[in-house]
Amino acid sequence: MNNTLLCGVGGQGTVLASRIIALSGMEAGFNVRTAETIGMSQRGGCVVSHVRVSDKNINSSLIPKGKADVIIAFEPAEAVRCIDYLKKDGTVVVNTKAVRPVTASLSGSSYDGSEMLEYLKKNVKNLTVIDGEEICARCGSSKVLNIALLAGAAKTGALGIDIESLKNAIKKRVPEKFHEMNLKAVDAVVNG
Amino acid sequence: MKVKKFLMGNEAIGLGAIHAGVNLVAGYPGTPSTEILETVAKNNDGSIHVEWSVNEKAALEVAAGGAYAGARVLVTMKQVGLNVASDPLMSLAYVGVKGAMVIVSADDPGPISSQTEQDTRHFAHFCKLPVFDPSSPEEAYEMIKDAFDFSEKYQTPVLFRPTTRICHGCGDILVDEKYEKHIPEGFVKDTMRWVIFPRTSFLNHQMIEKRNPQIGDEFSSYRFNTITGSGKKGICTHGASYGYVMENLEGSNGEAKVFKVATPFPFPEKQALDFLRGLDEVMCFEELDPVLERELIYICGKYGLNVKIHGKIDGCVQSAGENSAESVAKVLESFLGIKPTESAFPKPPELPVRPPVLCAGCPHRASFYAVKQAVKGRKAVFSGDIGCYTLGNAMPLDMVDTCLCMGADVTIAQGLHIIEPDTLNFSFIGDSTFFASGITGVVNAVYNQNDIILIVLDNSTTAMTGHQPHPGTGVTMMGEVAQKVSIEAILKAIGLTSVETVDPLDLSAAVGAVQRAAEKSGVRAVIFKSPCIAVTKSEKKYEITDKCVGCKKCISQLGCPAIVIDEGRVTVEKSLCFGCSLCAQVCPVGAIEKREG
Repeated sequence: MNNTLLCGVGGQGTVLASRIIALSGMEAGFNVRTAETIGMSQRGGCVVSHVRVSDKNINSSLIPKGKADVIIAFEPAEAVRCIDYLKKDGTVVVNTKAVRPVTASLSGSSYDGSEMLEYLKKNVKNLTVIDGEEICARCGSSKVLNIALLAGAAKTGALGIDIESLKNAIKKRVPEKFHEMNLKAVDAVVNG
Repeated sequence: MKVKKFLMGNEAIGLGAIHAGVNLVAGYPGTPSTEILETVAKNNDGSIHVEWSVNEKAALEVAAGGAYAGARVLVTMKQVGLNVASDPLMSLAYVGVKGAMVIVSADDPGPISSQTEQDTRHFAHFCKLPVFDPSSPEEAYEMIKDAFDFSEKYQTPVLFRPTTRICHGCGDILVDEKYEKHIPEGFVKDTMRWVIFPRTSFLNHQMIEKRNPQIGDEFSSYRFNTITGSGKKGICTHGASYGYVMENLEGSNGEAKVFKVATPFPFPEKQALDFLRGLDEVMCFEELDPVLERELIYICGKYGLNVKIHGKIDGCVQSAGENSAESVAKVLESFLGIKPTESAFPKPPELPVRPPVLCAGCPHRASFYAVKQAVKGRKAVFSGDIGCYTLGNAMPLDMVDTCLCMGADVTIAQGLHIIEPDTLNFSFIGDSTFFASGITGVVNAVYNQNDIILIVLDNSTTAMTGHQPHPGTGVTMMGEVAQKVSIEAILKAIGLTSVETVDPLDLSAAVGAVQRAAEKSGVRAVIFKSPCIAVTKSEKKYEITDKCVGCKKCISQLGCPAIVIDEGRVTVEKSLCFGCSLCAQVCPVGAIEKREG
């Protein structure tokens, strides 16, 4: 069983990323289950996708707390919000860029994500920090964030998908005109 | 032959209906049910009639007509939609159907995106109709086909009740490659059957009471009602909760006999007796009400069984909200002695809260702001409704004082005004909601000479549920071009004192229209017409220039997610800005300008 939890803020592209993991698992002959956040909370709220891949029967679409092998976080605070899902020696791949909620701007609070990254650095042994904004700028589109984070997770070996399979999945799941920039994002992460 | 597909639960239900030979599908969008009808439309070979009806009552009646003519029909809605459809449903339960009819009513434990946590299984009991309750997306695919067969066999509508986690869970599912089409026989006149009368209803009521225990017996050997495991302790569960129970039992030292109930009504009593035999106590895990728990208590009383039944009623299990593997684990710790997994991580720092907000560029923000500006300092109450625009309640707009159910903005405003006539009473209604259940309320206001200001937020789509067409959009679910039903023409025909249509993104024009309406009396309307950002192209984005004096009026007045404070400076987040220009119109020093290039 491989459990991956993807989390972020509505509109960041978690759903496509979770589909890529699930479909790659299914094509490799495994059972897969996923769960998504759909509806009102998509409007700027917290979104979480659960992906479970196993050679055995999967009881529930939702990963129980303490059972996620990997957390792929599109936003630092969202990684921390979901930390109870991570197993003891689990892996976290996190984007550095903070998304400031409207409530923070209104109250004048200074949330910038750094405190969250500090918490992760202190408490998560297998942590990969990715400057998603820089990679997006290099690839010329903010839409490659999800692929960049997936590549970061694949690189750790904890995802159950290697870099080659990820590239194949991109070619299969992403419209052709976007192949180049997404593959570029994968290489940017792999080659550091 | 079957083929493996990666499907969402709702897609599995839609495909299952096609594979059951469905001829007609009608529904009204509502999370978590919406994708079922869309899946049928997407996979339609042209032989199935698929429609978004104006509301759930219309959908159920259209479908009933189809079933009277011998068709296999599917009706889809969310749980609160079943309230709207309950008038035809209660009577149709007596009349029955030819063909077959399955009514999907998707429940929303949590609730995640609903007004209530009502449990459709009660509705089944109340209207005396069989109900199916799948525990996984793959089971849902098979079960919807069974539901059609049961409906046809007993000539009765049947309910099908998935919950959010089943609807929106995805999995690898084996689906049929081939299926048989159902050819409707056509309507055969028979007044005794199709015209409801007190006398026939009495006879039908007797028939139903005789039939339901027979269905209960048949359900006692239904393939998805299962008993597994062993021991002196039992667990009775269903739906997504079954997965949470198994998740906890597997790989633990806990032992229990597990009864999974896929057909809570008519209850499979014989099978329940098999389950209860030899048990000392039973724990029930349910979403949302203690339906199975009450059935088991009843059976224990009826047969004099000495088995203790625990669950929500005796406070062992949470009485409201969604279950989870963790909530189940907590109960099983004391019931079976299973040790729950503890978090390996210390308490995190305080996290930013992220309530859902209106999108950057949403025209509703402009509409609410215009009304707020127009009646500043006056005594006014704002009645809202169901849709994205419920989010107008959030700070800093704070423009939704009441919200109850579909269409109630128009009528609640009337009641408020009757008791407090010195108040300006505004009612905000979206375009799809206006067609679904707003019109009768407006007629009521005109007829009873009320004094309200109707604000129609027309964004040319059903936005909250994922952009479904409606009578005002000029297209149908089948993709056909239809004549657009004009909201303005309807309001004029009803006889309002004034109806003005204005673009809310033109702030001064919008404020002016509301001020003019506020000065009049009687029922008057302002239609704010501007498309949802998801169905239109982005305009040139804005930026904040050096002229900014840092007053933060744009933030404190509008609450747009695209305007943030970065290192002490107010800036526009380029990736989020939609170019609506509202902030530029609000800025007192003209510091917000269109970006070059």
